[in-house]
Formats: sequence, structure tokens, C-alpha cells
Amino acid sequence: MTGFVERIREGDLKGLIARNGIFIAFVGFMIAFGIGSDKFLSFDNLESVVRSSAMIGVMALGVTVVVISGNLDLSVGSMLSFGTVMVVDLHDKIGPGPAILVMMACVLLLGAVNGFLVGFVRLNSLIVTLGMLSAIQGLTLIYSGGKNVDVDPSTQDITWFRVFGRGEVVGIDMPIIIFFALAVFIGSIVAFTPYGRRVYAVGGNPTAAVFSGIRRNRVVFSTYLVSAFCVGVASIILGSRVMGSQNNVGQGYELLVLASVILGGTSLLGGSGSILKTVIGVLILGFIQNGLLLLGYPYFAQWIVTWIVIILAVWLDVAAKRGRLLSPIA
Amino acid sequence: MSQTSVERIPVQTNRGTGGNFRWLLRHPIWAFVVIVFIFFSLMTDNFFSLGNFENILVQTSTLGLIALGMTIVMINGNIDLSVGAVVALAASLTVDIMGWPVFESWGNWQILPAVAAGLASGVLLGALNGLIVWKTGVDAFIVTLGAMLGVRGLVFVYTGEQSFFAMNFAYSDFGASRFLGLPTLAWIFLAFTVLMHVLLSRTVHGSNTYAVGDNREAAVNAGIRVGPHMMVNFMIVGFFAALAGITLSTQMGASTPNLWRDYELWVITATVLGGTKLTGGAGNIIGTFGGVLAIGILRNGMNLMQVPAFYVLVILGVILIAVLFLDKQLNRKGEEELRL
Repeated sequence: MTGFVERIREGDLKGLIARNGIFIAFVGFMIAFGIGSDKFLSFDNLESVVRSSAMIGVMALGVTVVVISGNLDLSVGSMLSFGTVMVVDLHDKIGPGPAILVMMACVLLLGAVNGFLVGFVRLNSLIVTLGMLSAIQGLTLIYSGGKNVDVDPSTQDITWFRVFGRGEVVGIDMPIIIFFALAVFIGSIVAFTPYGRRVYAVGGNPTAAVFSGIRRNRVVFSTYLVSAFCVGVASIILGSRVMGSQNNVGQGYELLVLASVILGGTSLLGGSGSILKTVIGVLILGFIQNGLLLLGYPYFAQWIVTWIVIILAVWLDVAAKRGRLLSPIA
Repeated sequence: MSQTSVERIPVQTNRGTGGNFRWLLRHPIWAFVVIVFIFFSLMTDNFFSLGNFENILVQTSTLGLIALGMTIVMINGNIDLSVGAVVALAASLTVDIMGWPVFESWGNWQILPAVAAGLASGVLLGALNGLIVWKTGVDAFIVTLGAMLGVRGLVFVYTGEQSFFAMNFAYSDFGASRFLGLPTLAWIFLAFTVLMHVLLSRTVHGSNTYAVGDNREAAVNAGIRVGPHMMVNFMIVGFFAALAGITLSTQMGASTPNLWRDYELWVITATVLGGTKLTGGAGNIIGTFGGVLAIGILRNGMNLMQVPAFYVLVILGVILIAVLFLDKQLNRKGEEELRL
């Protein structure tokens, strides 16, 4: 694949736009919103957008790895509810440290169930994770008895658990730091390690991957653990920021997360995509929301714009790959 | 390997016990429906009564109507995630238009243009989804995921975040009305189930649906215009989503902009429980009807047993995966997948 710089050097403008459409759209949105509202490009505003996108972003990192390997994970929304309810509930009972450990273990276990069913039993990932979506939502309600949970108000301001959602390091909010640190970590694993190449191989051509000696089952299994781990981190951020949780806090997130992964340009067919693209996708969704609000549009305007942007972005990508704008289908 | 190909269904049901057994194997969900039916009949006092069966049919009619449309789209190898938003749009349009001053002098006839507009909105949005899938070649999952967000946005723009109430009592009474001894909504659901079954198993469009889902290339070579065909099926699912929205609003006598939000995955659950393959080419209405009934009976029966709704979610999730697992074990013959 021709790189970014080569295309500029060769003057291949069409290829440049088609291949990097999402970066160009990102810059375009930033400029448009920057002109439209003088508050948009202020540091405080940018920080608040990234902070509020951080939780979806952390989940999207894990889902990206699953999607690159050619599968889907729809259970992340329910898993977020589960993790948040659990970590908040256990915080007062066994203390923040053990609460985080127990919650992480439980969430990873759920991820392992996903991974086992998709990786080793070879069931369709969409349906397995759809079933798990329902089952985990049920487990969450059983665990909490249908009640909302919260951290005891008297300890909310003293516990070190608050660091993850409300803390700051050198003036930057903790959720942002966690999001970017995790993005760099998972991004480098996916891009630069043999494990990352195995994930791409399994997603790109499973048969060829198996013949090359890759243990496909294990790779798929591991991607669900990565996804579950990210959901666990997102639960910590959410629980720590809100210091409480509803039972259905993650409801509907699975599709929003997937939307930002797709918007970034990761193909649902597997074998392509990157963490960087997903980060851009997450930020675009966040900036569209924020920018439209600052321009005075109601909050639901973002959904309509997202609709158009998602389809245009993927269309551009598909069209670039097949070399013509319209589908040749009769 | 489409075991569910169109013409074999009636043949195999007539083969005595062996045939019946194989029929059950291909519709494992019906075995489950029978089991839970017997279970709840024995365990609760109120389950086994005509009144309760009517309840189940009415309660599941919304889910069931959409699942009928979803089946045909999924046999095509596509999917529609925007149905929940279409439900809300059709319901809001219908309830609102009925109250327009223009139609004030129309009496109960004011329902007619309102319902027509509601249904038209569903068909149009289905056509839009289908057109985009056809012309751009973008995966239906992505197109309709976008539409799920966008159409919900349209609903909020149209309603201004308001709920609407039906001022016409003929409309809100319709949801509770009866016809020939059954609730009208149950009749609507059953009639469309039969209609869709006939459409899928007895018409050219039905066999084209399987052909397109089984092997798109071959379907193109066989002279099927795949693009328009898929578009028609998206219009069908849009129609059913709109119809479900309207029947739901007659039950409530109102519409809310958040109607059926995050429910689209339930429709897919019901359809997949019925044995329809996400990869396309296999599935049928009998199975989907079973899947819808399974969800309806389970919810209703657990309610009667006073089990908290939480457990229904867990059981449904487990059953969904179990059905998938069973299906894989039973239909392994045609599978040429590499195992390691």
C-alpha cells in the first residue's frame, strides 16, 4: 500500500483523499467548527470533549482488536454495566483495590466465555455476543437486585478510587491520560508485535493463517480478553467519575462503540484497520457532538450528521478499494 | 446446503415419525417452545387459558411483525438495525398527523391518512436503506447502524422531544378491540405471518430471496436483479417496522420519541432463535414464529411465576447460544471449514 508521503510526492490526490478520507474529514470538521464557534478550539473545550469521549474510546480500542480479527463484540455495553455496578458496589464492602481486582477478574471471565464460544467452539460471533449481551444484562440485574448502587457519599471525596475519573496529572484529566496511554499500548502491540500480525492474519485470511502455523482459536480467544480488559478499564473510569451506577448504564453503547470503530475505517470483514484510526473515529464522533451543540443545534442533530458521515466514510473507503464509485451489483 | 430450501418443508412433514423428528431437528426452537409451554402449564395456575394465549399473541405482535420482515432481509444476507427508530417515527407520525386541523372534519376517517403516512415513512426509509446498500455496496450492517442513529435523530427533530397522545378514541380503542373471537392485533400478526410464509415459500420473489442469500454471484448470473430485489426486501422490513409502530401506539394511545430504543437487537434474537442464518440463504417464517413465541411465552410465563425479569434475560441469552450450538452440531455435514 502506498504511504501518505509517497502519494503527496506523486501528486496522487485522488488516492490520497480516498485512503485518508477520515483524517481529512477530521481536520475539515475541526476547521469548520473552529470558524463557526470561537469557543470550540479553546483548550478547556477540547479537553472536555476528549474526556467525555474517553470512556467510549477505551471500549472502542478493545473492540477494534476483535474486529480486526474478523469478529464482532456486541456484549461490551452490558459488560460495562456489569463492571461498573460491581466495582461501585464492592468499593464500600471490600475497599477500592480488591474491588477493582475482583471486577477485572469477573469481566475477564465473561470475555473468556465469549472467546471460548467464538474461538474454540467456532460459533458466529455476532450471535454469541448478542446472547451474552442479554445474559450479562440479566446477571447485572441479579447481582444488584435491580437497585442502583453508589459509593457512600461520606467517602466519595477521600477514597483514592476517585483518581481514575476525577484526578488530574499536570493539568490533564485522568480519563484522557488513561485513554491515550491504553491507545498507545494496544496500538503498538497491534502494529509492531508478532501477536498483532497474527491478529491481522486471522482476520484477513483465516485459512492461510492456520496453514502458516497460527493457532487461530487462541488468537480469537485472546482478542476477547483484550476487549474485556478494555471494558474493565472503562468501568473503572465510569464508576470513579460518577461514584455510582445504574443497572443499564451501558445499554446501547455496543452499537455506538461499533459506530466509532467503523467510522475510523476498520472493516467489519476483518484483516484491516488500526487503533489510530479508531482513536480518530472516536474523536470525530465526540467533536461532531460538541461542535453542533456549540453552533446551537439540539443534541439530536449529531445523530443525523453521524448517519451521513458514517455512510460517506465507509462508502469512500469501499469505493477506493474497488476503484469505482458505485457498486457493480445489478 | 440450504436445508431450509423452499419446497422440502411440506414433503418432510409428511414422512411419519422420522419426518416429524427431522422437522424438529430443523426447528429446534419449536421443541423449546413445547417444553416451556408444558412447563408453565404445569407450574402456574393461570398460564393455560385462552385469555392468556391471546395476551401472549398481543404482547409479542410488535416484536413478531418486525421479525417477519427481518427474516426476509436476513435470508438475503443483509440485516436491518434501524427498525427500532422506524417504529418510533411511524408511531409519532401517525399519532400526530391524526390530530392535524386539516383532518378535523374527517371524523374517524382522519385515521386513514395518518396511518398511510406512518406506513409510507417506513417503506420510504426501507427504500433509502436498500438504495444505499445497492448503489454504494456498503455492508447493510453499517448502513442500517447509521440509519439507527439518524432516523432516531429525525424522530426527535419531528417531535421536538414531545410525546403525542391520540385524541381520536377510535384509534386507541383499536388496540384493545376484538374481531371474530380474537384480539384484532393477534389477527393482524397471524395474517401477516401466513402471508409472509406464502411469500417466502410459494412465490418467485421468495425463491429469489434464498438464491440471493445463498450465492449472490450465482443469483446475478441467473438473471436476478439483486439490487432492486434487496431494496424491495428492505422496504418490506420497513413496512413491518412501521406497522408495528402503529399497532404499538394504538395499544398505548400515544407515542414517545424514545419508543423501541435499543430494542432492535431483540428482533434479531427472535429471528436467529428461529434458525435464520446471519450469513443468508437459510431460514423460514415457521422458525421465526417459533422464536417470537419462545420469547413471548418465556416472558409471560416467568411473569406469572413471579420470577424477576432479570432471569428471562439470562435464560434467553443462554438459549440463543444453545440454539446456535445445536444447529452447528446437527448440520455439520455440509461444513467444510478447516478445524484446528
